[in-house]
Amino acid sequence: MTPTVVLSVIIGVLYAAGVYLLLDRSLTRVLLGFLLLGNATNLLLLSTGGASGLAPILGYAEPDEMGDPLPQALILTAIVITFGIAAFLLAIIYRSWRLVRQEVIEVDEEDRRVARRSGTDADEIDPDDLAPEDRPAMHADTFAADNEVERRLAQQYSGMASDDIDLPPTQRRKR
Amino acid sequence: MIRVLTPLPVLLPLLGAAAALLVGGRHPRIQRTLSVLVLSAVLTVSVVLLTLADADGADAVSVGGWPVPLGIVLVVDRLSALMLVVAATVALGVLVFAVGQGAADGDEETPISIFHPTFLVLIAGVANAFLAGDLFNLYVGFEILLTASYVLLTLGGSAPRIRAGITYIVVSLLSSLLFLAAIGLIYAATGTVNMAQLAGRLGELPEGTQLLLQSTLLIAFCIKAAVFPLSAWLPDSYPTAPAPVTAVFAGLLTKVGVYAIIRTQTLLFPGGALDTVLMWAALATMLIGILGAVAQTDIRRILSFTLVSHIGYMVFGISLASAAGLAGAVFYVVHHIAIQTTLFLVAGLVERQGGSTGVDRLGGLAKASPLLAVLYFVPAMNLAGIPPFSGFIGKFGLLDAGISDGGWLPLVLVAAGAVTSLLTLLAISRVWSRGFWRPAAQTPAGDTDAAAAHDAGPELAAVPPAQPDGADGVDGTAGGSTAVRSRARQAAWQRHTAVATATAPSTDGLGDGEAAERPLRPLPRVMLGSAVAMVAVTVALTALAGPLYGIADRAAADLLDRGPYVDAVFGGEGRP
Repeated sequence: MTPTVVLSVIIGVLYAAGVYLLLDRSLTRVLLGFLLLGNATNLLLLSTGGASGLAPILGYAEPDEMGDPLPQALILTAIVITFGIAAFLLAIIYRSWRLVRQEVIEVDEEDRRVARRSGTDADEIDPDDLAPEDRPAMHADTFAADNEVERRLAQQYSGMASDDIDLPPTQRRKR
Repeated sequence: MIRVLTPLPVLLPLLGAAAALLVGGRHPRIQRTLSVLVLSAVLTVSVVLLTLADADGADAVSVGGWPVPLGIVLVVDRLSALMLVVAATVALGVLVFAVGQGAADGDEETPISIFHPTFLVLIAGVANAFLAGDLFNLYVGFEILLTASYVLLTLGGSAPRIRAGITYIVVSLLSSLLFLAAIGLIYAATGTVNMAQLAGRLGELPEGTQLLLQSTLLIAFCIKAAVFPLSAWLPDSYPTAPAPVTAVFAGLLTKVGVYAIIRTQTLLFPGGALDTVLMWAALATMLIGILGAVAQTDIRRILSFTLVSHIGYMVFGISLASAAGLAGAVFYVVHHIAIQTTLFLVAGLVERQGGSTGVDRLGGLAKASPLLAVLYFVPAMNLAGIPPFSGFIGKFGLLDAGISDGGWLPLVLVAAGAVTSLLTLLAISRVWSRGFWRPAAQTPAGDTDAAAAHDAGPELAAVPPAQPDGADGVDGTAGGSTAVRSRARQAAWQRHTAVATATAPSTDGLGDGEAAERPLRPLPRVMLGSAVAMVAVTVALTALAGPLYGIADRAAADLLDRGPYVDAVFGGEGRP
C-alpha cells in the first residue's frame, strides 16, 4: 500500500486516542485504548510495505507486481497476539469487577503504608480527599457511608456491569 | 551438532507444556515429573551449547531450511548460550521449589493444573528471546514469555494479584506495542528485520533516522528491563505473586530486557549515540532504586527495589561500550539472575517460617531456624557485594571499567555504584537485624495473625477471619451480604489504623482472632533443598568466577567485533 497522508493522519489519530484512553483509571477504557494502539501499530506496519501491488501468490502475479508480503505476515502475527491478550485482559477486568464491584485500578496499599509511616511524602494520598470515584473500593476508608451508597447503587443498576457508574457525592465523616 | 541442539531450548519446553497440559490435573505426579525432566533436558542442552559455542564460536540455524535473509534464524553465540544456561538453572531451581511448595500446601488433590504448562511456556519464551536472530522473532519471544507471565502473576485471581497484575499487563502491553512500532519503522527504513543484515544496513541510514530507531527500541527494552524512569511498575507488581513466580520473574524477565539492550547497543547501533543518556539513566536507576529499598519494610518490596537498583549496574556496563564494561555487565547479569532468584525463594521460606514478610513483624528467626538464617545471609551479602562473593567480583569489574574509561561521568557513576552497594548493605542488613537477629520477644505489639496476613497478602489470604470468603468469586456481593462486607471493612479499617499508628488493634471486628503465638512450622524439605541448591549455585558462581569471567570477556569481545555474529548467520547454508 502506498503510504499516503490519509494513512499517516489516521495512524496519528489512533495513537493519540489510544494513549488518551490508556491513561484512564477505568479498565474498560484502558482496554479500548490498547485496541486502538494495536490497530494504529498494525496500520503503521502495513504502511511500511511500500507501494501496493497484487496479492503475493506465486503463479498469480509476477514478482515485480506483487505487494510486499512480509508486513502482512507481521500484521497477521500481531493481530493474533493482540486478540489473545485482549481476551485475557477482558477476563481480568471481569474478575476485577466481580471481586470489588469496581473496575478502576486501585492505589497500592503498601505504598500508602510507607507514605503514612514517613509522614511527609509526595505519594501521600488521603482517600478522603479523593473524588468518590477514585477512592479504592473494599478499602478501609470507604466503609461507612459508601456502603450505603453501594447498596443503593447495586439495587439501582442491578445486572449492569458498566464502568460508567459515578458514585454520587457522599457526606464525609470527620475523623 | 550445535545446529541440531539449537532449537531444542525452545522446542522442548513448548512440547513439554503441551504434554503437561494434556496430562492435566488428573495426574499431578506425572505432570511434575515431566516438567522437571524437560527443564533438566533444557539445562543439559544449554550447557552443551555453551561449551560448543565457547569452543567453536557462534553458529546459526535457519528454521525450516529457508535461505538466510528470508527465513527465521536462531543464533547461538557465547552471550546467548551463557544466558540460556543461567536461565535454565534458575528455572529448574524455582520449579523444584514450586513443586515442594505445592506438596507442602496440600494441593495434591486439587493442584492448579496450569502452573506447570505456563511455567514451561515462559521458559520457551525466554529461550526464544535469547536465541532470536531477527527482531520480529525477538518480539514473538517477548510476547510468549509476557503472556505466560500474565497468567502466572494473576494465578488464583485474588484481589491484590488482579490489582498488581493489571498494572503489570498494561505497562508490558505498552512496551510491546512500542517495540512492534519500532520494528515497523526499522523495516520501512531498511527493508529487513534480520539482525545480522540490519547490522550492515542501519549504519547507512542518516544519523537522525538512526537515532529515532535506536531510541524507540531502547525505550521499549528499558521498560522491560525496569530502567528508571520506566521502572515504577516493577515494585508495584512483583511482590504480590506466589514466591516461586516472583523469584523467576525477578531473576529472568528483566534480564531478557537487559539482554535486548545489549544486542541493540552492540549489534544494531554500535555508534554509541545514546551512551551518555544511558549513563544518566543508570545513575538514576541505581540511586533512586536503592533509596526506595531503604524506605521499605517488606522483604519482598526491599528485594524488588534492589532489583531495580542493580539493573543500573548492568546499564552502566553497557553504556561504557568498552570490552571491560560489557564483560562486567554480562558477568553481572549472570550473577544477578542467580542471586535475585535465590533471595526471593528465601523470602518465600521466611514468609512460611515467620508468617509475614514485614520486617517489623518478624523476629527471632536466626534462633528459630539457623539454616534459614544462613540461607538468607550468604546471598544477601553476595548481593551487597561483600568480598569474596561474585557480587563483589562483578561490581569490581564494572567499577574498574568505569575508572579506566576516564571520563567524568563514568567516575560519577563509579562513586554512585559504591554508594548503591553500601545502601544495599544497609537495606538488607535491616532485614537481617530485625527479622533474624532481634529476639522474638522484642517484636512490637500488634503482631497478630490478622495483621500478618494483611501484610503477607495473598499467600495467607484465607486467614483474616472476618473477610467473607463468599466475596471471592461468588456473585453474592450485591444484595444481602452488605452486613458481612461492612464488618469486613470495619476489620480492615482497624488493621489499617493499627498498621499506620503502630498501636495494638482492637480485635472486636476480627471475629475469633487467634492468639498472637504462631506455632513454628517445620519447613518442607523439598523447598528447603531447592533453596539450599540455589544458594550453592550462587556460591559456585564465586568459585567458578575465573572461567565465567573468561567467557564474559570473550562474549564482550564478540559483541564489540560484531563479525562472529554476522558471519555465523551468513556463513553457512544452515540446515537443521
